[in-house]
Amino acid sequence: MSDEPNKGLQSPLRRKLLMGAAALPFVSILPRPSFGAGPATATVNTTGLAVTDTEVTVGILHSATGTMAISETGSIQAEKLAIEQINAAGGVLGRKIKFIQEDGASDWPTFAEKAKKLLVNDKVAAIMGCWTSASRKAVLPVVEQYNGMLYYPTFYEGLEQSKNVIYTGQEATQQILAGLNWIAKEKGAKSFFFIGSDYIWPRTSNKIARKHVENVLKGKVVGEEYYALGSTQFNSVINKIKLTKPDVIFTDVVGGSNVAFYKQLKAAGVDLSKQALLTISVTEDEIDGIGGENIAGAYACMKYFQSLDNANNKAFVAAFKKMWGEKTVIGDVTQAAYLGPWLWKLTVEKAGSFDVDKIAAASPGIEFKGAPEAYVRIHENHHLWSKTRVGKAKLDGQFELIFETSDLVEPDPFPKGYQ
Amino acid sequence: MNANRFTNRSELIGILVLAAFLVVILPLCLDVFRLNLVAKYLTYAFVALGLVICWGYGGILSLGQGVFFGLGGYCMAMFLKLEASSVENTKIQSTPGIPDFMDWNQITALPFFWKPFHSLTFTIAAVILVPGIFALIIGAAMFKRRVGGTYFAIITQAVAAILTILIVGQQGYTGGINGMTDLRTLKGWDIRPDHAKIVLYFFEVGCLFICIFIAQFIRHSKLGRILVAMRDQEDRVRFSGYSVANFKIFAFCVAAILSAIGGAMFALQVGFMSPSFVGIVPSIEMVIYTAVGGRLSILGAVYGTLLVNFAKTSLSESFPELWLFGLGGLFIAVVLAFPNGLAGIWQDHVQPRIDRLISSRKPKAESAWTDNSVADGAPAE
Repeated sequence: MSDEPNKGLQSPLRRKLLMGAAALPFVSILPRPSFGAGPATATVNTTGLAVTDTEVTVGILHSATGTMAISETGSIQAEKLAIEQINAAGGVLGRKIKFIQEDGASDWPTFAEKAKKLLVNDKVAAIMGCWTSASRKAVLPVVEQYNGMLYYPTFYEGLEQSKNVIYTGQEATQQILAGLNWIAKEKGAKSFFFIGSDYIWPRTSNKIARKHVENVLKGKVVGEEYYALGSTQFNSVINKIKLTKPDVIFTDVVGGSNVAFYKQLKAAGVDLSKQALLTISVTEDEIDGIGGENIAGAYACMKYFQSLDNANNKAFVAAFKKMWGEKTVIGDVTQAAYLGPWLWKLTVEKAGSFDVDKIAAASPGIEFKGAPEAYVRIHENHHLWSKTRVGKAKLDGQFELIFETSDLVEPDPFPKGYQ
Repeated sequence: MNANRFTNRSELIGILVLAAFLVVILPLCLDVFRLNLVAKYLTYAFVALGLVICWGYGGILSLGQGVFFGLGGYCMAMFLKLEASSVENTKIQSTPGIPDFMDWNQITALPFFWKPFHSLTFTIAAVILVPGIFALIIGAAMFKRRVGGTYFAIITQAVAAILTILIVGQQGYTGGINGMTDLRTLKGWDIRPDHAKIVLYFFEVGCLFICIFIAQFIRHSKLGRILVAMRDQEDRVRFSGYSVANFKIFAFCVAAILSAIGGAMFALQVGFMSPSFVGIVPSIEMVIYTAVGGRLSILGAVYGTLLVNFAKTSLSESFPELWLFGLGGLFIAVVLAFPNGLAGIWQDHVQPRIDRLISSRKPKAESAWTDNSVADGAPAE
């Protein structure tokens, strides 16, 4: 229930970050931080990246247009915020971060094309980007071939690990297992009904959840249904839910389908204050579309909620709203996207170099104490150690933190016994 | 009918200019990354060529060419994916030796219809035959019943939607919405490094010219004239004793096969195939390429494809958040101002001036030019 073990480690950097945030208004008055005082370019960049004595270029690659834009905009905003804060605090190795933004246009091959452009033409030192698994799968061969560094923010299905990728979101076991344990204990849940969108992430997540329910919790999965992406007709599955009366509805329905699903669930008379529902796909961003009144009472299993009560997060939320407007909400993935530039900066400073090979090698063990979700650390497998949290959706569209794991959960992209 | 069977003089010059542009100028001016982008654009030029025959000459508007592009692309991608999924490459899977997406979907053995794709010969045959036969079935079902015009266009859209849903839904066999990614080698030859991209580019340009010649041949043959006649006065052609349906089916199949070749090239060039090329939106985009280039001009289709895609890339690089508006504006402007596309601008405004310039020096050449402008003229409606 606390971040006690990390508190000591956390404070210096947190203070620095807070000061950095507090200093933001003054930056424009003060003479610009003197970029160019860092080590010589020849020593920190031996592979021809876009690094000069005063600047280093990174890429931002998300969908600014198309169906995914609504989800990915938060990530773009978070990454820009992080870059601005890092620059205000003196940049990376004495260099100011400049970013080139490219639009993946919700189209996977476009992502691959733009990733290639960023690496080959612009020689960016790192790419903050991708959101859907499909876009990552399209970009992965490109970053591996041209030896780039990708910071990927979304919680995802696992079964992947690359020297050239840092996964700042949680892989499936990190997100699911602790949440299932909690709801089984708290609600005495024995029977589960799975509903997902039909693609790789929900399928893999539900496979892991099923093994965990059957083998570890000794419960039963009474139904498992998939709907095409974008589907808006959930009446038949809602009838099945009413017939089978599961203790828990476990959902990983994504995108716009969520709006239809929760509205129809409510219209069918399923009261979420009595019927337990655990989702791994609804963040504050989705509630914006679903409407708090349609989902209040549901539980979500994430690693971050905007309402988290710690000093890092308060500073982060304040800075985010100052930059992007009072009305913006911050979901799990947005926070994970914010980690990307910071983790990269810390890694570059530890490695003393922008070279991708050195960054890949230096990444394991990197700690970020200023993370809004509180302390995180990069594992040898390039995923993050982070906590799992359960929140309860409220009418105002925010989550109330109900439970969090006492320790960081180890990332395990290839879980034994769950495949 | 002599040597001018395939081309007349001005067309020959046009083809030579295009050849010089694609074979000499672009490779000299562009780095490998941009050249590879051009190669990607050119895969759509195959589709646009098909549409010139089917829509421009045959008058059959198909809004589902993505289907054939996709079928050709998937056939090629299946072969490449199998090669990339060798047992040693896929050690970490529960079942090594099958494509990764099958493993994620708990499939433990290679499905029967995947097995023949171990053979390159079979794959090349499939790239041509699968879409060809599919087009034959659709065409026969529609044209024999005299379904045409708007209704046909709507049905092709429906087919595009159905195929997308099928591919996405059967993700264990097709890779679903992610598509088939990480294609690596062709018969052991790595298709990813720069030199391979250059070789593939020239190979593709070669294939494109073969297809351009085929299109030219169809256009200048009696067959082409019947197609044009059919477009303008279908009933008269029918009353003259021709089987209109068969000619339509033929034009539609040719367009389908050209699209499929483009799709197969795409899988090779980009190392990737996904349902996002199969659906309605990409299919309509392909029609736009042809419209911008000029639906009556074989070479115009190639330039149109290059221009639209180039605009797409450069606009999206410069204005990542607003580029779609710019692109939309471009389409509207072209369609409103120049209904016959780039080729129309060329024929109405540029060529007459060149003609005047030349004929003032060499009055004899005139007859060749006028002959051409009649053949290329807009439908007499």
